[in-house]
Amino acid sequence: MKKLFLAVIVFIFATAFAIQQPATGLKAAIARGKTVYENTCLACHQPDGSGVPNMNPPLVKTKWVLGDKKALAKIVLKGLQGGEIDIDGDKFHNPMPPLESVLSDQEIADVLTYVRNSFGNKASLVTVAEVKALRAKLK
Amino acid sequence: MKNILLLACTVIAVTAFGNDTTRLNPSSKRQALKEEAPAITLPSGFNSTVVTTGLGKARHLTVAANGDVFVKLERLKDGKGIIRLHDTNNDGKADEISGFGNYTGTGIIIKNGYLYASSDKEVFRYKINEKDGKVDTASEQKIVTGLVAANQHQTKSLALDNDGNIYVNIGAPSNCCQVQDRLKGSPGQDPCPILEKAGGIWQFKADKTNQSYAEGVRYATGIRNVMGLDWNNQVNELYAMQHGRDMLFQFWPEMFTQKEGAENPAEELFKITKGADCGWPYCYYDNDKQQKLNCPEYGGDRKKDDRCADKTKSIMQFPGHLAPNALLFYTGNNFPPKYRNGAFIAFHGSWNRAPEPQAGFFVVFVPFKDGMPAGKWEVFADGFSGFKAGASTGKAQYRPCGLAQGPDGALYISDDNKGMIWKVTYTAN
Repeated sequence: MKKLFLAVIVFIFATAFAIQQPATGLKAAIARGKTVYENTCLACHQPDGSGVPNMNPPLVKTKWVLGDKKALAKIVLKGLQGGEIDIDGDKFHNPMPPLESVLSDQEIADVLTYVRNSFGNKASLVTVAEVKALRAKLK
Repeated sequence: MKNILLLACTVIAVTAFGNDTTRLNPSSKRQALKEEAPAITLPSGFNSTVVTTGLGKARHLTVAANGDVFVKLERLKDGKGIIRLHDTNNDGKADEISGFGNYTGTGIIIKNGYLYASSDKEVFRYKINEKDGKVDTASEQKIVTGLVAANQHQTKSLALDNDGNIYVNIGAPSNCCQVQDRLKGSPGQDPCPILEKAGGIWQFKADKTNQSYAEGVRYATGIRNVMGLDWNNQVNELYAMQHGRDMLFQFWPEMFTQKEGAENPAEELFKITKGADCGWPYCYYDNDKQQKLNCPEYGGDRKKDDRCADKTKSIMQFPGHLAPNALLFYTGNNFPPKYRNGAFIAFHGSWNRAPEPQAGFFVVFVPFKDGMPAGKWEVFADGFSGFKAGASTGKAQYRPCGLAQGPDGALYISDDNKGMIWKVTYTAN
């Protein structure tokens, strides 16, 4: 009986941790990502992610931000010439610099997790493994 | 019956093709009128009327001798890129809105019976009867073609002198000519190859078709991007407002504080004579040091100026990043005498000041005497953004983009956020 009780306790703790772990992970990633955003992204995409009309695309509930994580991470790694992003017929002309030599896999995962969960966005986190695999593939 | 049908068809066809321009969908006009009137602020004695709204990306504009306003759009409205606003009852509001030209762009200007308009790569012109504002769209000629337009500073502003020349700015598709544009740490290219075909103002013949770089003259170089471009008829010279470079704080935090990065570099007003080199990308104007200095990408440390000693100096400087999108020398009689031959400048409003508060979003006035500034600049029209405090650029309600003078001396202001057009007049008290 005592053993069973202990087992139940252990199970409850394990379950609690298992559930809590990603939540804490997400929160921490968002916090780290916020710092990356402020240092590298904010100037163009603005403090509220609303971008600049005709120049720098908004990061608020667009298909690029909420959709395919690989496509999003590729933009950060490889950059854009400008003009590729079209949101309801509005084009954004400034280039996005390639940040593969500037940001680590961890920083890219964190900042994308932050962006996908800020400014009214809600989407899954981006993992370091996903960024790492994509970086290797794009080499 | 058959005859009636034929007659009806003929009437429809004549109605459709008889107009020089195509009438726009009237429903869009009704919708536009519903929009709330903005409360722009003006000096005492001045009033503003909303000519129309809902044109979308209304860039530059020009006014014919009969008072018809022509607006160049950066995004087509009902398939049209040039909008004609006609006021039938002289109350300042447009009653007839029509359009032509199926290309987007920024520049538009009337001179000597022709309406000139630009796409981002070309300049076109049309015969216009300024007495009734009718444009002969079939007379379209391509004056200039094949200009650099590479997704940054791509718009083309226009100005004409009195000797048959047209001036076109070709903005540099770059921030400061780094090897990798806008990447922190990437070095400046030296010499900057962009200057061969962009980063300057080119001169072409106003009446020759299909000119490109081979037929044009690089009138001035070392100018990053210009939108405010105007010929001053009093002194017969070209003037231009440069959009200064971005990212001084972000790329060089060891040299610029966040606040200094917001205030620098100056947005500069140049008097452009032939052969002028205004210094981009090697130089910038430091508002704190009040000097043209080497850019950090070219060895600058906020002291060195060896790359800049021989460059053309600006005749007035403004706070950083305000984005001067239009320049107009006022020659009308409606405004009080102090405004005559002075310059109005429309500032589109900043973005590279974040996280410092954004600024601009106003029209300023600079008094002039004999082609040189004769006093400090002052805010003339304000309140476009509707900002209370700390809002982002994208949240601005209206953004001043174009300026034009009417035959009655009224000042017209365009907004490229919603496509609002204001007419500003002075009424003596």
